[in-house]
Amino acid sequence: MSIEVRHISKRFGRFDALRSVSLRVPDGELVALLGPSGCGKTTLLRIIAGLETPDPAAGSQILFDDRDVARTDAGRRGVGFVFQHYALFRHMTVFENIAFGLRVRPRRLRPPEEHIRARVDELVRLVQIEGMDRRFPDQLSGGQRQRVALARALAVEPRVLLLDEPFGALDAKVRQDLRRWLRRLHDEIRATTVFVTHDQEEALEVADRIVVMNHGRIEQEGTPDEVFHSPASEFVMQFIGNVNLFHGRIDAGKAIFGSLALPASAAQPTAGGGARLLVRPHDLDISRQDTGNGIPARIVRLQSAGPVAKLELESDDGQPIKVELPHSRFRELELTNDERVFVVPSGGRLVLEDYAI
Amino acid sequence: MVHGSASQPGAGGSRHAEGATRDPALVKWCLVAVSAGFLLLFLGVPLAAVFVEALRKGLGTYLASCRDPAALAAIRLTLWVAAIAVPANVVFGLAASWAIARFEFVGKSLLTTLLDLPFAVSPVISGLIYVLLFGLHGWFGPWLAAHHLKVVFAVPGVVLATVFVTFPFVARELIPLMQAQGSEEEQAALVLGAGGWQAFRRVTLPNIKWGLLYGVILCNARAMGEFGAVSVVSGHIRGKTNTIPLHVEILYNEYNFAAAFAVASLLALLALVTLGAKTLAETKVRRDLATAVPVPPQEDPVP
Repeated sequence: MSIEVRHISKRFGRFDALRSVSLRVPDGELVALLGPSGCGKTTLLRIIAGLETPDPAAGSQILFDDRDVARTDAGRRGVGFVFQHYALFRHMTVFENIAFGLRVRPRRLRPPEEHIRARVDELVRLVQIEGMDRRFPDQLSGGQRQRVALARALAVEPRVLLLDEPFGALDAKVRQDLRRWLRRLHDEIRATTVFVTHDQEEALEVADRIVVMNHGRIEQEGTPDEVFHSPASEFVMQFIGNVNLFHGRIDAGKAIFGSLALPASAAQPTAGGGARLLVRPHDLDISRQDTGNGIPARIVRLQSAGPVAKLELESDDGQPIKVELPHSRFRELELTNDERVFVVPSGGRLVLEDYAI
Repeated sequence: MVHGSASQPGAGGSRHAEGATRDPALVKWCLVAVSAGFLLLFLGVPLAAVFVEALRKGLGTYLASCRDPAALAAIRLTLWVAAIAVPANVVFGLAASWAIARFEFVGKSLLTTLLDLPFAVSPVISGLIYVLLFGLHGWFGPWLAAHHLKVVFAVPGVVLATVFVTFPFVARELIPLMQAQGSEEEQAALVLGAGGWQAFRRVTLPNIKWGLLYGVILCNARAMGEFGAVSVVSGHIRGKTNTIPLHVEILYNEYNFAAAFAVASLLALLALVTLGAKTLAETKVRRDLATAVPVPPQEDPVP
C-alpha cells in the first residue's frame, strides 16, 4: 500500500516539529526517515500511524492508497507500529503479546483460537524466537524484545509497517545483525515499511530510499546512492558521510582557498564574499608539489590499518583535514609524519556566501 | 609471584573498605533494640491490651458486646459507609491519576496539591465544613430542610465526611506508578486495534492492579476507622449514625470498658488484616515499578 502525506504541519507549543511536509512512499518500499534529534522524523511517523494528529491546514492530507485516512483511528488504519522502547505488554507472555491484535478484534472478525495459535507460532518462527513464547518481556534480551515487538505488529497483517528507531536501544553487534535481518524480512513480507533513524549508516545499508529531514522539513529524498553522491544541500552532505570543510573568499569571479582557485559561477560576481568548499575524505589526493590546485597542509597522523589508509592533516590556519587514500596510492607516496604537502580536491561542493545584500 | 603480589593490595583494600562501611556489632544491636523496644511499648502493648481487656470478662461478654443491637447497627453502618466511600474513591482516584499522569492541562499542579488537602487539614475541620455547608444554618441547610433532606447528623453526612478524608489514598498510590509506566503500552494497544475500554481493561488495569489494591486497602482501613470528621457530622445517634469508632467512644464514656474494648478489638483485627494485605500488595507494587522501563526523553517533543 502506498503512503502519501501532503502539507503536514505540527507544532508543539512554540516548537515547529513539521513545516508543511509532503512525501510519497510507493507500495512495497523500505524507506528511512533520517535526521538529527528534533528534526520531526518521529512526529511524521506518529502522524502516519495516527498516534498524533497534524495541525489543521488547507490541503493537509494523509493518503493510504490514495484514500484519505486523516480521520481514521490508529487501530483502523491497518498499520503495524514498533515503538522505540518496544512497549511490550509487561504482564503478558510473549505468546499473548503477539496474539493481542487478533484477540481484541470484534467477535465476528476474531479468528478461532486454533487459528490464533497457528498464526502466533508462524510469527514466532518468522522472527526466530522459538521456545520463548511462554516468557515475559522482562526475561528477554533487548534484541529478543525487538523481535517480539515486530511479531506483535505483524500479527494483524498490516499493509504498512512503521518502526521508530528500531535499533536505537541495542548494542552495536546486535544492531548489525538485526539490520540485515530486517532487510530480508521486508523482502519476504513486502509491506510498505517506513523506519525512523538518526544513524546514517543504518539508513544507507537498509533502505531503498532515504528521506533526509532537518528542522521539520525534508531536505532531500532519494536512493542511498543519490543522497550520498549528490547531496541536495550542505546539510545533507554534512549529515551523511564524513566531510571536510574549507573556508575561503571570493575574488574576481574565483573562489580562493590558499593556492587553490576555483571558478565561481557568473551569477555570483560579488568580490569580498566568503566561500566554503565541502569535500569528502576520499575525494582528496595528496601532492608534494604545489601545482596551483592544492591547499597546503601538514601531516599529523597516518593510519593505514583498515580498508583504506586514513590521513589526518592540519591546514595552515589550524583546520583539521581528513583524507582517505587507497593503499596502492598510499604506498606509492611514502608519506611521513610532519611532512608538508598539498591537499588536492577532485570533487566536492562549493558554497558561495553572498554578502551583497 | 607476580600474580600474588598484584592481588594482595587489592584484597587488602577491599577488606579495609568493608570494615569502614560496617558499623560495630554493638551499634547495630543497640539500634535494633531501641526500635524493637519502641515498637513493643507503643504498638505491641496497646494492641495486646485491647484484646486482654476485651476478653477480661470472658468470651460470653465479648460476644454479647459485639451482638448488642447498637453494636450491630454501628458495624452495619461502618460497612455501608466503606462500601460507598471505597468504590467512589476508586473511580475518583482512577480519573484523577489518569488525568495527572497522562495529560498536560492548566491547573494540573493545583489539582495535585488539592489531592493532599485531606492529609493537610485536621479531620475535625473537614467535618465542620460539612456542618457549615449542609447544617440547618449552613449555606444549603434551608434548601435541604425545605425538601426534607437530611445530610448532617444523618447517614449521608457520615458518608460525605468519610469520602472526603479518604479520597487521596487511591490517587496518591496510582499517580507515581502510572507516571513511571508511561502510556506507550496503551498506544501500542490502540494501534493494534483495541478500543479505549479494551486497552484499559487488558493493558492499563493489569499494570496498575497491585497499586490500585494497595490504595483500596489503605482507603478501606481509613474509611472504617475514621473518627474526627465523622464524629462532627454524625450527631452520635445511637443505632442510627454511629460508626464503630464512635460506638467505642460512647461505650468507653459510659464506663462500659469490656464492651468498648470488645468492639475496639474488631477494629484492631481489621488493622492486622489490612497490614498483612498491605505488605503483600506492596511487594507486588515494588515489582511493577521495577519492571517499568524508564522512558528517556523523547526524540521529538511530544507533550
